[in-house]
Amino acid sequence: MLGRVANTIYWMNRYLERAENYARFMDVNYNLSLELPPNEEEQWKPLVIITGDWPLYESLHEKAEKDKVIHFMAFEEQNPNSIYNCIVNARENARAVRTEITKEVWEQINALYYLVKNGSEKKKRSDADLRQFFTEIKNGCQLLYGMYDATISRNEGWNFAKLGQFLERADKTSRVLDAKYHFLLNSPNQVGSTLDLIQWAALLKSVSAYDMYRKKYGKLTSSSIAEFLILDRDFPRSILNCLIRAEQSIMTLSGSSSGFSNAAQKQLGALKAQLEYTDIDDIIIQGIHEYLDGIQQKLNGISTAIYEAFFAIETDN
Amino acid sequence: MPKLDLSAYDSKGFYDEMFDENNTVRPNYKLFLERLEKMSPKKLKNLQHSTDRAQLSLGMTFNVYNDNQGVERILHLDIIPRIIANKEWNHLEKGLQQRIKALNLFIQDIYNDQKVLKDKIIPKEMIFSSVSYLKELEGFKPPKDIWCHITGSDLIKGGDGQYYVLEDNLRTPSGVSYMLENREILKRTFPELFETLGVKPVYNYTHILRDTLEHLSDAENPTVVVLTPGTYNSAYFEHSYLAQQMGAELVEGRDLIVKDDVVYMITTNGLKRVDVIYRRVDDEFIDPEVFNKNSLLGTPGLFKAYLKGNVTLVNAPGTGVVDDKAVYAYIPRIIKYYLGEDMILPNVKTYICDEESDRKYVIENIHNLVVKQTDASGGYGMLIGPKSTKKEQQEFVTKIKNNPRNYIAQPMINLSRVPTITDDTIEGRHVDLRPYALYGEDIKIIPGALTRVALKKGSIVVNSSQGGGSKDTWVLNS
Repeated sequence: MLGRVANTIYWMNRYLERAENYARFMDVNYNLSLELPPNEEEQWKPLVIITGDWPLYESLHEKAEKDKVIHFMAFEEQNPNSIYNCIVNARENARAVRTEITKEVWEQINALYYLVKNGSEKKKRSDADLRQFFTEIKNGCQLLYGMYDATISRNEGWNFAKLGQFLERADKTSRVLDAKYHFLLNSPNQVGSTLDLIQWAALLKSVSAYDMYRKKYGKLTSSSIAEFLILDRDFPRSILNCLIRAEQSIMTLSGSSSGFSNAAQKQLGALKAQLEYTDIDDIIIQGIHEYLDGIQQKLNGISTAIYEAFFAIETDN
Repeated sequence: MPKLDLSAYDSKGFYDEMFDENNTVRPNYKLFLERLEKMSPKKLKNLQHSTDRAQLSLGMTFNVYNDNQGVERILHLDIIPRIIANKEWNHLEKGLQQRIKALNLFIQDIYNDQKVLKDKIIPKEMIFSSVSYLKELEGFKPPKDIWCHITGSDLIKGGDGQYYVLEDNLRTPSGVSYMLENREILKRTFPELFETLGVKPVYNYTHILRDTLEHLSDAENPTVVVLTPGTYNSAYFEHSYLAQQMGAELVEGRDLIVKDDVVYMITTNGLKRVDVIYRRVDDEFIDPEVFNKNSLLGTPGLFKAYLKGNVTLVNAPGTGVVDDKAVYAYIPRIIKYYLGEDMILPNVKTYICDEESDRKYVIENIHNLVVKQTDASGGYGMLIGPKSTKKEQQEFVTKIKNNPRNYIAQPMINLSRVPTITDDTIEGRHVDLRPYALYGEDIKIIPGALTRVALKKGSIVVNSSQGGGSKDTWVLNS
């Protein structure tokens, strides 16, 4: 497979996963804001912080307001990570690798594009419109993942796609947990109060983890939630589960199942092992924020190493 | 429910493909019209709307050169097909085969023995002054002696009901993906008609294309790629479509590298040799070492690898000399010279501004003529005399006087019309016809075509970049 094509597929899937996560975050936050005392700053600022785009936001707006945050994350053309830009980029990438994907996948990406394009062109949006929009983005992305899995051969391109998707998802889960955890532990609410419960439930819901968490642990506690989202082997959005699946793909791509044959495989394997051989108490002692920050940095390092190992082939020209 | 009423349809003044001058339906459209007349106007509109939506969801979009980047348009597909009777098609097929065979011999000759120039069939200055003539190719013979593997000639039908070849398009003709996708869409629009009418299929175009490309290489399993300028090119949809339908890799210039005069593509597992390149990049841009130094679309060393026979380019470089509109005027003589036959499909009468008597005639009659730049395409750089202002005509006269080699003129042809859906009714709109030919072991004409239609009332400019749309083209079995 062409190095350029592999890179394009990898990013196409990262963009899609990113768009879906943003839609999720906002939908849940929206829902939450209905049940909390009105304090826009407190409710909407963390959302932008999660994404790492707060400096850009600050350069465009004075303070965190609901409408502005939603616009910034969903439609802002200057925000390279807005849902709009993620979908536009994913489609541009899909166009560039049209020969690697199926008609079904292409048409669904195209449909998502028209969804986001029409959404961004709307001058006035009611709250109901927005909720509907986020739901459609989320469902549209999931439909796409289903089509990807159901119509595309498990070839090189598929593995690059999954690698991109799971690294992005691991990153997003770590970020949402980081922000909320930080916020919740610092909030003046009594632990175990109604407000507190709503917030914890919202955190789980923002990564669709509420049902599976309830099934496994029953009771909502901060450490179990952190454990579930970081260390659970089986939940498909936990950081460890994402790393396990990303590693499967990189093993296939590198052609070696034991040890490593490039820096990307080495770093990914090491991060996965780090999570496999730790427990939540170790993490809490170390500090959740510090721990998650470390994971995010390592994920960035892995992405760079993937670029060097697969996409930028040395041609000694 | 009210039925569609075509009694007010105006078929006067031009050759109409559906009705004769007495408004009687022509035999090839009889069954189609019966079906059409059973339909309500509302139903027809709905069918047209669902076609528009289908095109968007298929991503059949193109970018227009002079528009802002990112503006995407669909090539409007009008659902009323152009239907061609079997007998008429056979005539076209023979004519195109004859023409392509002769033109291929002509290109081989001008880059090698130059007999046609020595015998003064065509003035040699005409050839050597063409911007598309590549001196670098002198003495070169491509694999199997085939230069123009893929042709998409533009034909028109005049008021006399006769086909004329307007342009040969031997460089990189585009639009074939629309022929194929339009058919897929129309099969959904009028499923029952295909069976009743007996329409020849076009789906095997990409299979024949792949065979045509593989035929050129001696490798056991040749690696065939499609070379595209990239996603911003107006025809990118087609490039990716063809690569995907053929199962070929879609590459850009930066994906290729030349080492020791062999072309490789850069893959995740290192370098892989490339045998045949169906390139959709113009000659000028394929290799910055030889041609345009600033080209970012090409691959350095590609042309040398080609001359050494280590890779095949399709179409061959240098074929553009036939697309020169002044050379076009000599094609009847070229056919006679190489094949000893009279031309089956006539040319449009062409005045060569480089010749003094023709130039004089053109300048005096410019208000009645269509003036074209010899090296332009896509409907750019032309003047339609009868529809132009005095000022525009004067500008062209100046241009012609300053650079006569660069202009030709033709009489205005009244392009035939096909009924077309407009906002509130059905009216005749002018069309041309672009069939596709593949030159492999023999010359195959795919029984179908892209029919381009000028959507604006009265307009004769059918180019997609200037408000043209398309129609599916049905060639009947009998």
